[in-house]
This record gives sequence, C-alpha cells and structure tokens, in this order.
Amino acid sequence: MKKFILKRILISVVLLFFVSLIIYTIMRCLPTSYVENQARALATRPGAKSYQEWVAQLNAAYGLDVGVLRGYFRWLAGAVRLDFGDSWYWNQPILDKFKSVIWYSFFLGLVSFTLEMLIAIPLGIAAAKKQYSMTDYTVTVVALIGISLPSFFFATILKYIFSIKLGWFDLSGTVSRMHQTMTDAQKFLDIAKHMILPVITITVVSIGGMMRYVRANMLEVLNSDYIRTARAKGLSEKRVINHHAFRNTLIPIVTLLGGSLPGLFSGAMITEQLFQIPGIGYTSYVSVMQGDIPFVMFYMVFLAVLTLLGNLIADILYAAVDPRVRVG
Amino acid sequence: MAKSSNYISAKESRRISRENRRITGEIEKKRKRKHIPESEYVTQMKDPENCVEFDDVKTYFFTDIGTVKSVDGVSFSVPKGKTVGIVGESGCGKSVTSLSLMQLVQRPQGQTVGGEIRFNTGEKVINVVNAPESVMRELRGNNMAMIFQEPMTSLNPVFRIGAQLDEEIALHFPKLSKEEVKQRSIEMLGMVGIANKEGVYRMFPHELSGGMRQRVMIAMALSCDPKLIIADEPTTALDVTIQAQILDLLRELKGRIGSSIMLITHDLGVVAEMADFVVVMYAGRVVERGTARDIFKDPRHPYTVGLMKSKPVVGKHVKHLYSIPGSVPNPVDMPDYCYFRDRCERCGEKCRGAYPEMVKLSDTHYVSCYLPDEKTE
Repeated sequence: MKKFILKRILISVVLLFFVSLIIYTIMRCLPTSYVENQARALATRPGAKSYQEWVAQLNAAYGLDVGVLRGYFRWLAGAVRLDFGDSWYWNQPILDKFKSVIWYSFFLGLVSFTLEMLIAIPLGIAAAKKQYSMTDYTVTVVALIGISLPSFFFATILKYIFSIKLGWFDLSGTVSRMHQTMTDAQKFLDIAKHMILPVITITVVSIGGMMRYVRANMLEVLNSDYIRTARAKGLSEKRVINHHAFRNTLIPIVTLLGGSLPGLFSGAMITEQLFQIPGIGYTSYVSVMQGDIPFVMFYMVFLAVLTLLGNLIADILYAAVDPRVRVG
Repeated sequence: MAKSSNYISAKESRRISRENRRITGEIEKKRKRKHIPESEYVTQMKDPENCVEFDDVKTYFFTDIGTVKSVDGVSFSVPKGKTVGIVGESGCGKSVTSLSLMQLVQRPQGQTVGGEIRFNTGEKVINVVNAPESVMRELRGNNMAMIFQEPMTSLNPVFRIGAQLDEEIALHFPKLSKEEVKQRSIEMLGMVGIANKEGVYRMFPHELSGGMRQRVMIAMALSCDPKLIIADEPTTALDVTIQAQILDLLRELKGRIGSSIMLITHDLGVVAEMADFVVVMYAGRVVERGTARDIFKDPRHPYTVGLMKSKPVVGKHVKHLYSIPGSVPNPVDMPDYCYFRDRCERCGEKCRGAYPEMVKLSDTHYVSCYLPDEKTE
C-alpha cells in the first residue's frame, strides 16, 4: 500500500508540472492582458509617458518581459518554495486574499455536499427498492427538476419567496446590518442564516444527478445474483438491502466522493454572485477576467493538486470498500 | 388487422401496464396484510411421503407487452429423499418453477397467481403460495436451500466466505455461540471437499475458482440441513471434470443428510446420472413425467423424444446433430392447443383440439399428448 501511494504521488508531481506549464502558457496567450490595461489607463493621465513606454516598464516590473518558458520557470521557482507572490489585481499577497475568501466557499460547498449525500443516497435507494412505484416516479421527477433548474432562476425564485414575500432572510450578502454589535455566537448564527438560501440553491440544483446515480447503481446491485442468494438464505429484506446491497452500491459512490474534493474548494460562481458572497468562485472569475496571472496560476494549481489528491483518496477508499481491488 | 405480436401501440402498452399494476397491486396488498391467519397457508399433503407437491402452479409475469405465462399449471411432486430432475430447454419455466417454490420470483411483475405448492417441513405443511414473508424467511435456507447456476456471481463479492456462511447459520440457529457458528461453517467447508477450509473461510469470493465457489455455494445450501435442495443448473457454468466432482458431491451429501433434491438442468446426461424421477417441461407446462427409467427407456411425448435425439452419443456417427424443427411459440398469449403441435412430427387430425390433458400410462408415467402410443423415428 505504501509503495502504491508513493508511486502515485511521484506520478502526480510529474502531472502537476505539465498541468501548471499548460495553464501558464494559456494564461500568457490570453487576449486580456493586465499589463496592457494598466498601461492604457496610465497613459491617458495628463503628462504621462506614452503607452509603449508604460507597457515596457510594466512588463519588466511584472516579469512579463521574458518568454513563456523562462517566465514559467521563474514562477515555478517561487511556487516550490510556496511563495506565490502578490496578486496583481487584488493588490495583496495571494495567500492572504485566498484565505479571506476560501472559507465562505468551502463551508458553502461542504454543507451543501453533505446535505446532498444525506438526501440523495437514501432517496436513491428508496426509489430503486420500489422500481416503477409512486416513490420511484416522485424521486425521478424531483431529480429531473433539480437537474434542469438553472441555479440563477431557482435562486431568484427563492429570493422572491423567502426574502421579498416572507421577509425571512436578507436578499444577499453574508452578514446583516447589525453584525458588528453582535456577540461571537450571534455572529456565527447571523452568517449561518445568510447561507441558508445559497445552500438550498446549490443542494437542489446538484442533488438530482446524485439521486439518479445512486438509483441506477442500486438497481443494478439489486438485480444481481448475490442478492438473490442473500434472499434465498432467508435473510430479512432489511438486511439484504442495508447490508448486502448497500456495501456494493457504496463502491461507485466512493469514487464520486474522491472526485468531489476539488468541488468543495472551487466555489459556485453563479450562486455566489447572486447572493453577493465574496467566495472563491467570484474571486477567481474576476481574476481570470483581469488577467491576474499569479492569482490564477495559484488557484488553478491548487485545484489540480486537489483533483490529483481526490483521485488518490478515491483509489484508496475504493480498495477499502471493494476487496477485489486491494493492492498488495 | 393482423398485427405482429411483437408490435403493440403505445396506447395498448399503457392499457396493459395499467391493468398489470391493478392486478399485481391487488396481489401485493393481499400478501402485505399485517396478520395473515394460519389457516390460509397451513394445509395437508396429499401424500405425506412427499417433500414438496406442486399442484397446478401458475406463475405469470405481467410485462408491458402482455402477460407471460412462464409456469402454467405445473403439477408434480418431490418424494422425500429422492432426486427429481426437471428438464427442458431455456425459457421453458424450469427456473421459475423453482423460484416460485422459494417465492423469489421478481416482484411485483412476477406473481404466482394460482395453484398450491405444498411444502412438508415435518411438523407443518405450508402452502408457500399464500405464506407471508415472515414464514417464507423461516423456510428459506433452513428447510429449502438453493444452489444457483452461476457460482461466479452468486456470492457477494465484498464479504468474506466465512462471513457469508456464518450469517446464514447464525440466522437459523440463533442458539449457537459465535465460536460454534464458525466451527460449523468450517466443518461445512470441509464437508464439501475443500481441503484448505480454514484458509477459504477467510478468503473473498474472487480469490476462488468457479468450482470452489460452487462448493462454497453447496456448503451454504447444506449448512442448515435443509429438507430440500434446489439445484438450479449447478454444473452448467463449470467445466466437465468439475461437473462430475460436483455431481458426486451432491449425491454423496444427499445420502448423508437425507434430503430431497430438485435438480434443474437441460443436460440429459446429468439427469440420467442423478435423478430418480424426471419431469419434462415445455413452454411452461409439464409435458411428460415419470421415473428416470420411464423417461429414458420409453419416452412418449414427441418433445422428450426430440430431446433424447438431440443429445450427442459417443460412438455414433452423425453428420448433423438432430434439432427439433421450429421454435417455441411466443410466450405472450399462448394459443389454446398443444404448444408443440407446430413442431411435432407425429401431429395428426387428433391434435386439432384444446391443450391435451395428462394421460396416465402407468402408476408413475404421465404424458400430455393425444398420440402417446405412436412412435416417431
């Protein structure tokens, strides 16, 4: 097992190298250039240097005066020492900016993902247990509604009903007006209250796919020979489902769990925007639009690391739930 | 308008599925009642020497293109301590017959809609068709055990062999301690001829070969000393050398624990070797039944004769192996005449009528044919 993990980590390092190289190259080739925008703005000032001069000066200042490869290695040299530099657009060290926005997105992602699992797995199993029954059709219809609802539309409806008509929640933002005067516990509850609508939006929109997935898997497992064997042994239906079938349904779900690790950190761009949550989804979107190469590089590589890590965790979990793939 | 029976309109399909839901819903509702009085499922055997009596059993599948009568009025019995072979081609209802006995037919589409299956547990006689789930669970594994066709997929891949054996023994012998259960599991593995029984106890199914897995399945089936073992094509998925070993094992174990065997197979060689009685099924019905001697020495139904002829014989040179001409009629909406009529070589004027009744040829030999005395060559 140790050997397996070590091998996978070494492969991951090689992969990361190429992934970051590709991202850097793409970022350098983007038509949006932070430097050009800055230079244009500065050149329009009265008595300023010409645009060409500003571009040359800024390029040198931001380290864009070298070719893609040299620029990449310069970035890499800093990155391996975990020194990602300062963000151009946000005007502060990248890690600081990242820390200030990531937790909103992370908790938003974590809570909605947990809710999604807690709702989708039992419902999917219930639907599969009684295929073509009323339960099954209801779950299927709800799942399809969830899959087809665009998040901006659903979020708007939620806001209309719960914020405008009922007045239960604020329309947007993460804190209420009196936030500064509250005690710590109240502050926490205040933020939590503001997260309710975004969490509902994300959960409802993403729950459908999961439910269908669990249902399809459970159906496949329930039709397999070993389930018939379990029934032929005289086991109760409950034990057949919860013990024999569930362990087998778990196998594909576990792979999904590992794959969703980067999802927890990548934020929900549209939902964050709609509820004015300063999360990573919103921040990274602005960074890309502004051509903030250091921030985008950091964030993309961070997601790449998480993806590779997620795959590794999925493989390890896979071996834990499926004895057939245990590695020596 | 003459429509192909394989084609139905969407409207027709909807009508059928609505009708199906109504019928199956009613049956399910009846079965799911909280308290089912014992009088509804405790009966008497016709012959107390029998282990199981099938009496006009009808198991139908309510599909969206119509009702498939997989088992349509099957009657035969399994005497105590004897082996009954059930033969017939694929899809003739052999497996569904055995699953009906276990009440493991895929519900709600599959339902036993008529007849009685009387199972003699020794103390009581239970009609499994009307028995509630709780009573069936007592019977399954404990009184009747099943060995499935596919050893490769019949064991749960994520649990150890030992756990799967223990589970069943612990369920049916709640008095045994954990240690005793384990002892019995290991003992069972030894009994079916697994040399490394303690090693296998700790293994996962994928670490065993097909033959070994089938032995484990047999050990599992025998672990609670069942009155009846249903072997559903136990050797089909195995190669010939293992087949012989498994059959020997079954025969030996049957002698040791004195249970009856219902052997389902399409291999006439296996039947000839193992069975005391033979039931020949065709398109969901029994066409001929009798002792093994009756069936092999004096087959009367043209289908049985055809089956015998389509078996390769060592030392006999033939250019082509015989095959019965034609094919089985469409299982949806079977016609009301002899199902074999269109494929039969001896079909004559007499065969025009309704489906032939069972004709008694001797005390043990029955055949469902209008012309049982004619010979076909």
